[in-house]
Order: sequence, then C-alpha cells, then structure tokens
Amino acid sequence: MESEAYTDRELMVAAAAREIDDGDVAFVGMRLPLIAFQVAVSTHATNALSVFESGVVRDDPADGFLHTMCDLPNLDHAVSTTSMIDIMSRLQRGDIDVGFLGGAEIDRYGNLNTTRVSSGSRQIRLPGSGGACDIACLSQRTVILMPHEPRRFVQNVTYNTSPGHGEGGDWRERNSVAGGGPETLVTTKATFSFDDDGEMYVESVHPGVDLDDIVDDFPWDLRTAKDVTGDAVGRTDPPSQTVLDLIRKFDPDGFWTR
Amino acid sequence: MPDTKVRDLSAAIEMIEPGSSIAMGLALEHAIPFAAGHELIRQGTDDLTLIGPISDLLFDQLVAADLVDRVRAAWVGNVSAGTGYNFRRAVEDGDLEVENHSNFSIALSLKAAAMGVPYLPTRSLLGSDIFDESDRFREAEDPYSGDRLALVPAIRPDWAIVHVQRASPYGDAHFWGNSGVTFEGVKAAKNTLVVAEEIVDSDVIKSDPSRTAITRESVTTVAEVPYGAHPSPLAGRYNRDNEYYVDYAERTNDLADAADWLEEWVYSVPDRTTYMEKIERNLSVSEPTVAAEVEYGK
Repeated sequence: MESEAYTDRELMVAAAAREIDDGDVAFVGMRLPLIAFQVAVSTHATNALSVFESGVVRDDPADGFLHTMCDLPNLDHAVSTTSMIDIMSRLQRGDIDVGFLGGAEIDRYGNLNTTRVSSGSRQIRLPGSGGACDIACLSQRTVILMPHEPRRFVQNVTYNTSPGHGEGGDWRERNSVAGGGPETLVTTKATFSFDDDGEMYVESVHPGVDLDDIVDDFPWDLRTAKDVTGDAVGRTDPPSQTVLDLIRKFDPDGFWTR
Repeated sequence: MPDTKVRDLSAAIEMIEPGSSIAMGLALEHAIPFAAGHELIRQGTDDLTLIGPISDLLFDQLVAADLVDRVRAAWVGNVSAGTGYNFRRAVEDGDLEVENHSNFSIALSLKAAAMGVPYLPTRSLLGSDIFDESDRFREAEDPYSGDRLALVPAIRPDWAIVHVQRASPYGDAHFWGNSGVTFEGVKAAKNTLVVAEEIVDSDVIKSDPSRTAITRESVTTVAEVPYGAHPSPLAGRYNRDNEYYVDYAERTNDLADAADWLEEWVYSVPDRTTYMEKIERNLSVSEPTVAAEVEYGK
C-alpha cells in the first residue's frame, strides 16, 4: 500500500526499527532510536527488550512522548530501573545483540567521531562519547544513524570516539575490541552494509535517490552491493502506513522526526 | 539519637570549598541537582572540577558562570538540543580542561573508589582514542586468561551532590527510578550532599530498607528542596521541563546572552520558592503509578 509522504528521519526510524530482530536485547540511546525501539516492539519484534545506560529496562513502548531515556513515561511501568554498572555489565558480558550509534564523522570502516571536528582552522568541541564508545566496543552488532552530509564522510575520523572496524580486516580481534562492530549505516539517503573486510558499501538507496547522486559524497571509492555480493543496489523499502502511524504516535509533535 | 545533618541549601553549599571536585548529574537525565548547582553559582564557588557520566545542561551552566577549571565526563551538552554552547566555547577558548571518558569508564572510576580498590579492568575503551590519548587508562594482560584489558583508575571526588525523593535528617535516603551511577558516586566521594524533595522521619526510611541505597555514614549534610531537580524529571514527583532545555539552547549561544540567562534564572532568584514561581508549565505527575505493597515484618 502506498503510504502518505514521510520525512527523511521517519524513514531512518523505520529502517532502524527493522534492524531490531524479535528477541533482541537492544541498547537504545538518545533521539531517533528512542522511537525506533518503540516501533519495533509494536510490530515485528514483540519479544525485544530495550536497555538504556541510565538504568532503564523496558519491554514495551512508553505511554507518552520521550525527550530523553529518563523521561517519566520511560520509567513508568518499566521492567526494571537499575544502575549504569548493571546495564554496562550486560554489554560487557556480550548480552546486548544490537546497539545504536550516531556521529559527526564516519570513515569507511565505520569508526565514529563525536568528540571534536575541525572546520578550517577552528577546532569544534562536540559533546563526547556518552555510552557510544562502550556500545561500539561491546555490542554484538551496531547500527549507525546519521544525516547524509558529505562533510561527515571522511578518510580518517579526527578522533576515534567509537571504534568500528578500525583499519579493516581482523583489526578488532588484534586490538581486543570485543563486540562485532558496525553492521548497518542508515543515512537520510541510503542504507549501507559492511563487507568481510569491514568496509562499508551501499546496500540500497532510499526512494527518490539515485546511486550517482551519492557516490561523490565520499572521499574514497565507495563500494556498492554489486562489488561485494554481485547483486544490484536495492531500493530501501519506504515505511509502511502502519509504521508511519506508530512513529507519529510516539513522536506526535515531530520533535525528533520532523 | 544521631545528630541531624539538616541544613538549608545555602549553608550546605557553603561547606563546599572553592577548588573542590564535585560529582553530580549521576542519574543521567534523571534527578539532576539543579537547585544545588544554582546555589554554587550564586555563591561563586570557583576553580571546580566537575565529574559525571553525561551532563544534561547543569555543567554547561556552571561553565557559563566561569566556575569550572576541569571536567571529567563522557558527554556534556543539552540532550534536547545537542550542543552545550558554554562548554563548547570554553573548551575552544582553552579555558576548560576536559578528561574524556566513556559512560562505563566514569562508572568504573567511581565504582573502584566506592569499592576501595585502585582500579577496575574493562573490555571497553580498547581501540578508541579515549583510551589512546589518555595517560590514566592503562592496558594490561589478565594474569589468568591472558586477555588484554583496559584498566580504569579510581576517581574519588571531594563531594557528590545527589537529589532524592526523601531522606531522614541523619542522611539515610530513599531513591527510586533509574539510578545511573548515583550510589557509586556517593560511596566514592569524601563528602555527600543529599538534596531531598522531602525530609521524613527515620521510621519512614526504615519501613522500606531495600529502597535505602544511601546511608548516613556516607552523607555529610542534607537539605530539603522541593522541585530541586527541575528542569530534570524526578520519578513519581515531576516531569522533565523540555521547553526549558530548548529555550536555554536558544538563549545561551553567545557569552552575553548566557550572562543574561544566568541573571534571569540564577543570580536574581534568591531561592527555590521564587524560582518555581517562574515556572508556569504543569509538570505534575498526572497518572501516578502506585507500586504493589511491599511487606517486611517478623
């Protein structure tokens, strides 16, 4: 069924929700993943569990809009409200299936920077890691959400806040980085996977976007699904009407998604 | 009977010397001790080191007031709007030293101090620039398995400031909702200021000892400040005042505007009662959830 128009961020939330499998324990951070978990657990992943570094554990959507993971609707009727050490220990034991990340910069191996960037001669200070470094190091897999802006795609991140596949190959293993690393990147224009060497490639472009429109956004020769799997670059599924309705229920004023 | 530790907030904050290191905002976006932070600003307690996992706005306000030399944290900003402009400006101008952490490394730093050990090992951090740039984090081989681990040394703050729902005059406190690193922070710190919505008789605390994770020997002083965590939320008491965060971001992008904001919201506001008269939004808990009854007894 053709759904009504949607925003780039609504499409990202829908794509992020699909990355949560039924039965997963998902480490949910700030912003769009707050909505994505609620969509996933309301649709295909009814047995998923969400954990938040503040200590919240939930198995259902919050009854009320969430600005942050600590808003009272997220605490009300949670499964547990516990401590950060409890949550981070789950991560360290390998119990977190999927973690969500964002970043100001990303390189071809999915290393992420949220600490500082350069703009001309100016060094711009960003907020920092929060839990991102821990999620990047220790989740079984990570899903990265970023606006599609060429300045964010760099040869080398200015600061490696949250390690991805490092320099590629067996870098994580050699450096004792325990988790599985990035599996998916969703931007506002395309969805990317990572190949066996840990390098990102275009899996699908979002509706209305041509592959030719985005390849020049990257300062390296961007690989595509055709290079890696032999399959043509796909078209990202648009959000269904059901999913759009849910996104607008969980974010009624479009604070995060409009 | 033990001595009461109750002071008014102003007298409690006077106990904190300039140059102190203070852990606060330990429950992340929840239960942030804003009233105590604003009293630090009014008293001009400076040369501070601030310690915490993430700081949703409070550190940015203390930096705006030019009271902070150093921040040891994983994230400093405004969760609703992203950037904390005063933090950013101070770092870029070279006025503020930052020790970069992840949330887990701050948690382990405080946990180590709380446990009375010099460091704790972790599998996090390895491979990151947070680890590589630091001269505090060390790499070590586990003598049992041979695994490579990162060692996180203890941080022992001079003070922890925490906001709770209720406390006895002796400092035993009930706190519920997510706790982040609140309890580790209290046990790690040399002194703790407990700011409570309500000071209650000790019998109330003792009626539910499983909810008492802060006890008197860790607590230096107690202050009663209703709505003392506003604009952050407090479980069972009031919701987050999101518009305040958005408004702050819009109004503190440059130094002069930040000074105007501090004047309006901190310097010209003598106490919390006057402060709350400025808040017109209804943040009350409209649908309270009452927990199932818990029984003890003999």
